[in-house]
Amino acid sequence: MVNIMTNWMDREGPLSEIVISTRLRLARNFSTYPFPMALNQKSAMMLVEDLENKINELDTVFGHKHELVRLSELNAVEKRILLEKHLVSSDFIKPGLPKALVLNEDQSVSIMINEEDHIRLQCLLSGLQLKQGWEIANRIDDYIDERLPYAFDDRLGYLTSCTTNVGTGLRASVMMHLPALTMTGYIDRIFQVASQMGLAIRGMFGEGSEVLGDMYQISNQVTLGRTENEIMSSLDEVVTQIVEREQAARKQLVDHNPYQIEDKIHRAYGVLVNARVLSSKEALEMLSYVRMGMGLGLIEDLSWNIMNRLLLEIQPAFLQKFYGEELSPFERDVKRAEFVRGILK
Amino acid sequence: MICERCNSLDATVHVTKVIDGTKKEIHMCENCAKKQETIDFETPFTTNNFLANLIDSVQSSPLKVNYIKTTTCSKCGMNYGKFKQTGRLGCDECYQTFEEKLIPLIKRVHGYENHTGKIPKRASVAIRMKREIMDLQKELDRVVSKQAFEKAVEIRDRIHYLEEELKQSGEHND
Repeated sequence: MVNIMTNWMDREGPLSEIVISTRLRLARNFSTYPFPMALNQKSAMMLVEDLENKINELDTVFGHKHELVRLSELNAVEKRILLEKHLVSSDFIKPGLPKALVLNEDQSVSIMINEEDHIRLQCLLSGLQLKQGWEIANRIDDYIDERLPYAFDDRLGYLTSCTTNVGTGLRASVMMHLPALTMTGYIDRIFQVASQMGLAIRGMFGEGSEVLGDMYQISNQVTLGRTENEIMSSLDEVVTQIVEREQAARKQLVDHNPYQIEDKIHRAYGVLVNARVLSSKEALEMLSYVRMGMGLGLIEDLSWNIMNRLLLEIQPAFLQKFYGEELSPFERDVKRAEFVRGILK
Repeated sequence: MICERCNSLDATVHVTKVIDGTKKEIHMCENCAKKQETIDFETPFTTNNFLANLIDSVQSSPLKVNYIKTTTCSKCGMNYGKFKQTGRLGCDECYQTFEEKLIPLIKRVHGYENHTGKIPKRASVAIRMKREIMDLQKELDRVVSKQAFEKAVEIRDRIHYLEEELKQSGEHND
């Protein structure tokens, strides 16, 4: 069974005020099987079994419990929760080949089997922790490779289904909360600079160009011709710079409009602790103000962990699972208000 | 007719699918149709097929129909036409099979064509030696620019030694 709680968030990471989480993902394939594109149902199932047998010592080697779950064992709500928690991709939960997911105890490590590549190994940590994340992912990567050899080419590196991942197969991404840069419009400049440095920024919530909750994800685009360290250092530098800019913009906002900003923050807090009907859009907007208020020292007695949890737990599938019943969109908004009040009380 | 998905709005989108010779009709309202991802529209826009189309635009000469039809990966059976359609490769050998088309595409996407990152622990001694030579060459450029010629000679000798070793180990394997 998939535990609905995500414990990796309980540990506060560096720069938690602005950086929510760090994610490292490695794309890998085995040379002994065709890639998922050319894999049939039977071989895909064999691969899952093969891996299940070969990586059964993960627990003893890494000192954590790991669990392998077949996608077919999960119901629709459970799949959705995994997606909301960023433990799987939307492609992973679509029908197709037999797939499986390996999760460790605190859900900081997840391995998708038979997604676009045979292996999508992910390490998710709170705050800005690129090096730490890489160390964990790298060790598990070695462990798997020693048991079932990866497809590796002398010149092109790790071979992936899509040429956009070839080489290191590494996608490093950092999720950031940037309300002041968004309000002041400086975020557009950040987008430009990032793209010049081979990094991509996108909004985490909301569809199309709409960004909800001022949450952004910044990640590397190029996976070939640069070492893992080079990829992570340049991301680290850019993220650190953005954090400084965000802090400066917050200060500027408060200095220029002290009453307006304070008012918005306290009102947002008021909505969260009093609302009886709360849509996810409104919840994300209000949480964004409250987070900023905490960073500015205007709201105390709340921890970053609680704020991070709320970000995940106000989402539809989580609420459905928590309340153990099918909820209509309106009922969900009522339960969401109840849930948030309960947590912030 | 009422939408099969939400059972409330009028069905205005009608899709006929033929799967393994069996005809299946789906009637939906516009909202449900938008949500329905399994309907394959004529040209769905995905990163993969976008990239695959780039493949031909980076080639100087127009692609021969022959290449599309006859170039097939001997390991997984993937052909170039299918790759162009999906943007995904079928196995590790596809990289060799479609090399002449892939390398320019990869270079365009990444700006580079050589991996400089992690090497698997079990990788052959030859790969490790090649990597060391590559790293030493970079180091050589660096020390030469600093005019540290003594150090440069040392590095050059090490490169020669490794190249010689590499050549011999290759001969043994053949």
